[in-house]
Amino acid sequence: MVLYTDLLVVGGGPAGMAAVLQAADSGLSVILLERYDQLGGQLVKQTHRFFGSKDEQAGTRGNVIARAMEEELEQLDNVTVLLEATALGYYEDNILLVSAQHSLKKIKAERIIVATGAAEKMLTFPNNDLPGIYGAGAVQTLMNLDGVVPGRRVVMVGAGNIGLIVSYQLLQAGVEVVAVVEAARQIGGYLVHAAKISRTGVPIYTGQTIKRAYGNGEVEGVELWQLDHNWQGIPGSERSLAVDTICLAVGLRPLTDILVQAGCQMAYVPQLGGDVPLRDDNLKTSNHRFYVAGDAAGVEEATAAILEGELAGLSAILELGAKEGQSLEVKKRTVKKKLDKLRKGPVGEKIRAGLLKVRRDGNAGKDRYSHTG
Amino acid sequence: MRIKEHPVLEFKRGKMIKFNYNGRELTAYEGETVAAALHAAGIKTLRKSTEFQRHRGLFCAIGNCSSCMMEVNGVPNVKTCLTRVTEGMVVAEQRGKGDLGALY
Ligand SMILES: Cc1cc2nc3c(=O)[nH]c(=O)nc-3n(C[C@H](O)[C@H](O)[C@H](O)COP(=O)(O)OP(=O)(O)OC[C@H]3O[C@@H](n4cnc5c(N)ncnc54)[C@H](O)[C@@H]3O)c2cc1C
Repeated sequence: MVLYTDLLVVGGGPAGMAAVLQAADSGLSVILLERYDQLGGQLVKQTHRFFGSKDEQAGTRGNVIARAMEEELEQLDNVTVLLEATALGYYEDNILLVSAQHSLKKIKAERIIVATGAAEKMLTFPNNDLPGIYGAGAVQTLMNLDGVVPGRRVVMVGAGNIGLIVSYQLLQAGVEVVAVVEAARQIGGYLVHAAKISRTGVPIYTGQTIKRAYGNGEVEGVELWQLDHNWQGIPGSERSLAVDTICLAVGLRPLTDILVQAGCQMAYVPQLGGDVPLRDDNLKTSNHRFYVAGDAAGVEEATAAILEGELAGLSAILELGAKEGQSLEVKKRTVKKKLDKLRKGPVGEKIRAGLLKVRRDGNAGKDRYSHTG
Repeated sequence: MRIKEHPVLEFKRGKMIKFNYNGRELTAYEGETVAAALHAAGIKTLRKSTEFQRHRGLFCAIGNCSSCMMEVNGVPNVKTCLTRVTEGMVVAEQRGKGDLGALY
């Protein structure tokens, strides 16, 4: 049996929820798929006060923002939320195969918004598969959702915002953070977060990285070494730290498998975290049924994810002939302005450079999987 | 290990339940994931790699990476980071790639 819907949104993080909320008074049928058994995506484990723009809830804790969106969503009767529902793959005839609570469903939709978020990046070093090595998001999940700590002594790799924030959360949970290690010469994250860590006496080593992990079946320690100006390890500079946990906060990579399967033109854009789909300024990809929003479109932050979700949602429902089209057009313009404002200034520089490479209007770089012209 | 006191968070833990891990009885709080319950009991090795038998543990905790797959109630390749532990659940380290033969 095939389920039909006007709009299908894959991923119930801030981007996906924001997209669905736009369809409130549209009269369209909407299905939201979420792999986990609750909505909120990465936001539910973010217990710190948010960085980002003042108008867009900076200062509020991430988990609180997620709850508020979810409550709003529950009011909508044209929306079906499927939890524990993973989109497995895209098939011809525009069918998405979904594993929903251990049974298979086929869903056919007029428009699909992919808001699947991102996956943690890995580093290559000997023994990087030992138990005791985690992505930073995993450590957050364990501590902040389940109230379980990953170990007793941790080394954090990466001094971007995520590495700094999770280090602080580890300290709050009573775990010893032995050091924060950063390959670059400078700390990448905001100074407020770095200062919070330094004040507690945790050293932040820049220009260093992991040489290898060691341990018999599980992490027992880590060897660090210094990097030269070509990012090569300097022999003789090694030192060992006895730790039972290594936390990697070395960035995220957009989850775009479904878009690749759907034949969307992709491009490798380091500024956005990896392979991302080309899109027009309404976030429509080169497959006319597919939109992309949030970290799946390029790793950024939650405010951008929410605004992109709104933009993709509005664009999709306008195409589907939603009621109140006029006022939705106005709303769409406002959202675009907010996104531009958010990405202004030096903080948005990297994102702006990345976005130039994924515009479908001619500026696109050479892509890897080109199916369509 | 479990967090007992936290400056920001309060953990609403479910009731205590028992489950079985490789023939041993362990306790957990209802509602937490299998991977978290095992971590709380100090168990970090969740499986071995199929070719070289290298130990593998939790890595991403959001269902992306497959490093945490185990056999749960006889079903192989279950992502224990997404699966909630229940009373009497039988959790076991999986051998090799897992076999669905007995089930289908
Ligand atoms: C440690 C940390 C700290 C952060 N701090 C901040 C901060 O202070 N301020 C800020 O603005 N941002 C912050 N962020 C970033 C912010 O959390 C993300 O940018 C934001 O959550 C992205 O939203 P999203 O909806 O695109 O993706 P996600 O939140 O990742 O949501 C994607 C959802 O899709 C689901 N999914 C994936 N694949 C499938 C599939 N195939 N089928 C069904 N469902 C699927 C996932 O389970 C997930 O729920 C932080 C991130 C981290 C990791």
